[in-house]
Formats: sequence, C-alpha cells, structure tokens
Amino acid sequence: MAQTVFAPWEEADQKPLIQFKNVTKRFGDFVAIDNLTQDIYAQEFFALLGPSGCGKTTMMRMLAGFETPTEGQILIAGHDMKGVPPNKRAVNMMFQSYALFPHLTVAENIAFGLKREGKPKPEIEDRVDEMLRLTRLEKFGKRKPHQISGGQRQRVALARSLAKAPKLLLLDEPLGALDKKLRQETQFELMDIQEKTGTTFVIVTHDQEEAMTVASRVAVMDEGQIIQVATPADIYERPNSVYVADFIGDVNIINGHATRAGDGYDIAYAEGTGKLHAKTTTDLGNEGKCALAIRPEKVSITAQKPAKVTNAVKGKIIDIAYLGNLSTYHVELKGGQMVKAQTANTRRLERRSFTWEDDVWLSWTDTAAIVLEG
Amino acid sequence: MRRFTWFNATSLTLGFVFLYLPMVILVIYSFNASKLVTVWAGFSTKWYGTLFQNEAFLDAAWVTVKVAVVSSTFAAVLGTMAAYVLVRGGRFMGRTLFSGMIYAPLVMPEVITGLSLLLLFIGIGFDRGMMTIILAHTTFSMCYVSVVVSSRLVSFDRSLEEAALDLGCSAFEAFRLVTLPIIAPAVISGWLLAFTLSLDDLVIASFTSGPSATTLPIKIYSAVRLGVSPEINALSTIMISIVTVGVISASLISKRAAVKQKRDEMAAERTAD
Repeated sequence: MAQTVFAPWEEADQKPLIQFKNVTKRFGDFVAIDNLTQDIYAQEFFALLGPSGCGKTTMMRMLAGFETPTEGQILIAGHDMKGVPPNKRAVNMMFQSYALFPHLTVAENIAFGLKREGKPKPEIEDRVDEMLRLTRLEKFGKRKPHQISGGQRQRVALARSLAKAPKLLLLDEPLGALDKKLRQETQFELMDIQEKTGTTFVIVTHDQEEAMTVASRVAVMDEGQIIQVATPADIYERPNSVYVADFIGDVNIINGHATRAGDGYDIAYAEGTGKLHAKTTTDLGNEGKCALAIRPEKVSITAQKPAKVTNAVKGKIIDIAYLGNLSTYHVELKGGQMVKAQTANTRRLERRSFTWEDDVWLSWTDTAAIVLEG
Repeated sequence: MRRFTWFNATSLTLGFVFLYLPMVILVIYSFNASKLVTVWAGFSTKWYGTLFQNEAFLDAAWVTVKVAVVSSTFAAVLGTMAAYVLVRGGRFMGRTLFSGMIYAPLVMPEVITGLSLLLLFIGIGFDRGMMTIILAHTTFSMCYVSVVVSSRLVSFDRSLEEAALDLGCSAFEAFRLVTLPIIAPAVISGWLLAFTLSLDDLVIASFTSGPSATTLPIKIYSAVRLGVSPEINALSTIMISIVTVGVISASLISKRAAVKQKRDEMAAERTAD
C-alpha cells in the first residue's frame, strides 16, 4: 500500500522542488508573508487556501518572479531564485483573468512562449497541436479569444502555460470565472492533465471545496502564515486549530474546560450539564481551556436517548436548513450552546421525523470530536 | 415619453443653425460666380480652378501636410513613451510633478507656448523654417497623444504584460509584441488628433515659421487680411469635405468593428460546449 500512495513529503530522502526559507515579504508597513518556511515536492498538486489578503497570491507571485522576498530565500530545484527575472524561470503561470493576448489567435497564444525560445517552426506546430488536443480545443485554433466561450478561454490559458513544459505551473484562482457546474467538471480535467503531464501544480484558491478536490496537499493560510499543511482528508478530519476547523467545511465549536480522563479529556462546557468526553492525542496538560470541534455530519439526532454512546446531550430544534439531499438541524442545548447536526434525507420530506421545537437527543462517539487548544 | 415635441425641434434647429450656418454660407459662396464674396451672381466652380493654379497656396498646403505628418508621428512616439512611463513606471521620485508637467501644455495659452519657442529658437540661433514648426507642433501635440494613450493604458489588464514576461519575453519584447499591438488603436487616434491639431494651428506656427516655410492657416490668414477672395472659400470647402469624409469613415469603421465583435461573441456563446 505504501508504494501506491503519493506522499513524497513523508519520505526523508526526497528533495523538494520548491523551498521557501524564512521568507518575509513587506509592502511598506504591511507584512504580506511573515517568516514562512515550506517545502513543495515535484509532481505535487499543492493548494494555497485562505481568505483574501492572507498572502497566498503574494507567495505565488514570488515563485513566478513578479515579486521579490524582502527577507529569506526561495529555491527552485535547489537554485536560489534571487535576481532571476520571470522570463528566465522554468515556471509558468496561469492568470486569474487568463491574460490571453486579444490580438492573437488561440494557436498563436499557445505558440507565444515557444516562439520566444526560438524553436524551429515544425516543432512549435507539433507542440501547439498537442496542447490543443490535450485541452480539447482542436476546432478553435484559428479563433481569437473573444470568439470562444469562458470555459474554452480557461483551457486556452492552461494550454498556453503548459506549452513550454514548465517544471512548475502556478494557477491563480484558475476556475474563479466559471459557473459552478463547469467549475466542477474543470477540476477533474485539471487533475487529469496534471497527472498526464507530471507537472508540479501550485494552485491559489479561496474556494475550499476546490482545494479539497484537486490538491494532494492543502496549505491553509492566514495573515501571511501557513497555519496547517496536510492532505485534504487530514485537514478536514484532524485540523490543528480552531481557525482551520472553522475555515474548512462546517463545524460546531464548543468551548469548555478540559480535565484529563483516561486516554483523553472530560470537557465541562456549561453550568449544570454533564461532561463530554473525547479521546485525543492532543496534550493540554492535566487541565486547561479547550475548544471541541465536531463536524455536523458526525452528530446523530434521535428522539430517545441512545443507549451505548459516550456523549449524549438533550436540546430543542430551533431551525432546520433543508438542502435537498441533506438537512441541517440547529439544536439549542441547555445553557444556550447551539449545535448543528446534519442528516441525509433518505426519506421523503413529508415523512421527516423531526420538526421545529421538538426535543431531541444529540450524540456522538468519543472519537468524533477533536480537542483543540481554546 | 419620447415624443418629438415642438420644444425639442426648436432647440435642435437653433443648436444646429448656430453651429453650421456660417459654414453653410461659406460653402455656398465658394460656388459664387461673382468676385465679390457677399453678392450672389450665379453658380460657378471657377474659383476651384484658380485655386489649383495658385502656387503659393499649393506650396503652403504641401508644407502643412508635411509638418502635420512628421510632427504627429514624433508626437505619437514621444507621447506614447511618456504615457507608458507615467502609467506603468510605478512610484518614482517626482512622478506627480512629471505627470503635471506633461499635461500643462494642454491648458497653457498658445501664445505663450509660441513665444517661448520663438525665444528659444532665436536664443540658440536656429533658423526658422519647416523644422522649427515641426518641433513646435510636436511639443504641444505630444501631450494630447499622451492623454489618449494613458487612458487606454489605465484600462489595460496588467497581467497581459506579466503573461508575456512569464512566457519568456524581455521587458522590451513584451512591449513590442503585446502592449503595442493592443494599445495601437489609441496610438492611432492620438496620431490623428495630433495631425488635425497641427493642420489647423495658426498661433504657434506664426511664431515659429520663417520666410522659407509658411503653413496654410498662416497663408489664409494673411490673404484674408488683404480681403476675402472666393478662392479662400473654395479652399475652406475642400478642407471641410476632407474632414467630414474622415470623421464619417472613422466612425463607420469603428461601428462595424463593434458589430463584428458582438456577432463573434454571440457565436462563441452558441458554440460553447
């Protein structure tokens, strides 16, 4: 099994393709990147995820060579990139606005970078044809960018940035301009192309679903720092902070006081209620403040108190969000704490078991919740 | 809502009469058979004939065209360079001062521009002639070009230039292969603006022209001071028609381009997969 999983970051003898070493970038007084150190490996699909202004675009622009670090070093394939201009880097970028040259045809756009390399003409033509095939644009080579649709433009931009076979491809919010359906299709296309070409992709996005779908590893950023780097599953299941838990997906955060008990902690969260228990490897000492993070889909909702469950609390349904395939129940516990529970709507809506103002029991196992420093 | 009322009709008529009546009278009298400009004596095109035999007018017209072509070309190059630096140069010392200085000639009285140039040419001992008019026209028209081009550059997606750099262009190649083709329409309209400004300039040209070269506006002005001849009417009519044809064709071309672009975009939406 270990052979088939792609995880170069876990192998000690792997050399990273990109190394950020204590990189700081300031724009005047504003610190965009704050002493950041991170390795990215060859053939990774690495996602930089964060709200706008978190520094993810600055990181990408430093890799492309449009910005230079104020302090620290960026190495690509072991070479320091200091003073290397964008046109001398084996890095290509796909721009958020696509930046297609409006005065050139689709084929000329794709050939642009190859012509600058001074390659012989037949070789350029072959490569352009290959890129057109890869992105399924064979029929559109002779059109101008304004004569094709948004999704096609996106693929031209991708083809153009891949044409020079860069070691590293940077994608700046590549799917931001597409509608939801097309975006989902294109995500799989991107993954497919990344696999076929074996290029290392670094993608910048603020869409967590997109990052989770495409990436081999996701870096969650905030205020110029990387908060957590992990596989999409680990980011979701084992967030290292309230910030990450809250940023990725939907989560219930219960603040309380933890005391060590067995292989985890007992958590008191409100006056006059029972304690919750969670198994964890997080070390908070013998006792201390904590935040318990529980995903809504891991909370069961029942009319009667379930028999064999560690954590069961009683509450009242305040609100129901009906999403079609799922319903989210907003339940108020004694003491005012709100907890969301999500269930799949396997039965027809009119036969739903619960409604507003119903008293219900919420329950979850002792491994469902994550104990975080509060 | 949008009825054509008497009030609208009256305003429209008054406005157009105010704008065009003098020109219409001028055009009508250019076909006057009489030598007296104010007395109608039947239709004739003879003044056009005598105009084309008047060497002095033809020479002046030729000088004017040469001055206009050369000076507007200089102005287009310099104005584009200035606009590029001011829009793209980022923040450098004295940027605000420079941009203010570029646009100052727009509001400077022409008499002052002309006088200062005259003093400069006398000071450095430059013989006044066609060259001095060209230099003077370049100075005042390059700021118009710069205004037109910089407004295009401001709306220009910066990432296009970055994409060119990213794909292996040096900064100059990026300008030549990407920026210039895209801003070309603005440079061309800047050139046309400079060309027309140079064609009809009287004040600055009269300060900087010498005995060896006279432009058409100076020629007309001095001829009129000796009395308006129907030849001048004929000449003005020709100029009016050239300008009219130019303006109409330019707007037709841009309208057709816009229609074509719209049709292309709609076709793209239909064939989208």
